[in-house]
Amino acid sequence: MIIYWKLFLSFLITNLLGYGGGPATIPLIKNDVVNRHHWLTSQEFQEAFAMGNSLPGPIATKMAGYIGYKVAGPFGTVVAVIATVIPSLFLMILLMSILYKNRKSIRVKRMTSYVKPTIVVLLGLLTFESFSESIQEIGMLQVIFIALCTFMLMEKLKIHPAIIVFAALAYGAINL
Amino acid sequence: MKQKDIFVAFFRSSILGYGGGPSTIPLIYKEVVETYKWMKDEEFSDVLAIGNMLPGPINTKLSGYIGYRIGGILGMINAVLATILPTIILMILLLTTLTSFKDIKWVNGMKESIVPVVGVMLGVLTWQFYKSSKSGLKTPTIIIHLIVGLILIQFLHIHPGIIIACLLLFAVFQPVKTSSSTSKTDKGEA
Repeated sequence: MIIYWKLFLSFLITNLLGYGGGPATIPLIKNDVVNRHHWLTSQEFQEAFAMGNSLPGPIATKMAGYIGYKVAGPFGTVVAVIATVIPSLFLMILLMSILYKNRKSIRVKRMTSYVKPTIVVLLGLLTFESFSESIQEIGMLQVIFIALCTFMLMEKLKIHPAIIVFAALAYGAINL
Repeated sequence: MKQKDIFVAFFRSSILGYGGGPSTIPLIYKEVVETYKWMKDEEFSDVLAIGNMLPGPINTKLSGYIGYRIGGILGMINAVLATILPTIILMILLLTTLTSFKDIKWVNGMKESIVPVVGVMLGVLTWQFYKSSKSGLKTPTIIIHLIVGLILIQFLHIHPGIIIACLLLFAVFQPVKTSSSTSKTDKGEA
């Protein structure tokens, strides 16, 4: 029972702090799930993120659904997803008229813009961690090669992320 | 019939959208405003702006609220499930299959090769957030935020949640200057 409560709190708090949509919550979820609760290893989290990014739909609920399942089975999925979706959705429905009146308020607009640089720091640290862990595992040359290919395919040629993830998996199966 | 439309609209916009919730907003717009005409263009922009005032994933806030507006509580549940359920099931199926083969050598190779790809995806996301933070703050202010944030999180090991909570409180309680549009002293992390 206590594990469901921990899951619920974990996803509730990370989502209430994540200003800037689902992607903003990714480093917060990583911090809580990997560093604090040790529910997943860093590698497992990265696999989940890669898979989440190659599937369509919102990223935050996919991560919550999978992590919930891994920690506490199907009911864990339900708990983590509810904690992710319900609080902000209910706030929106209940406070619609108040929010509507304040939609041009400077204070409210500041909330998102003040939080964003901190999200940049968190995402930047996560990027750095991924690369440094990977360099230890497979060496600098492989990392540079895979990263450069990914960047060119994704950003310059606008290839679908699912295809890139599949290509990387195939490369890894053959060469590593 | 209406519930079926709600399901189809949000299922379609979610399953066709890649790159997380924010990138599916144009697809939701297309369904809600153009295909089913549940809302006018201006109303949709207002709902989107209000959704952005609150934390958490934007996609489920939009679909849940719009579903609620057209179909009540049932519409809300319907719209949210259509948005998230198919991809969560796929995610669990694919990842549990992958991890059940984790002791085979070539599967391990696959897992190792995916980490640099994740690094690039995260790097791109970092850059996008940096660019979008420029719409609200001036560049020197952002740089101060970045440096102070980095010191607090990485070297002093302060929980990021505490920093964000402080920033939010600061955003609400800092006096709004009526003469100038934005204030200059934003060292909220201190």
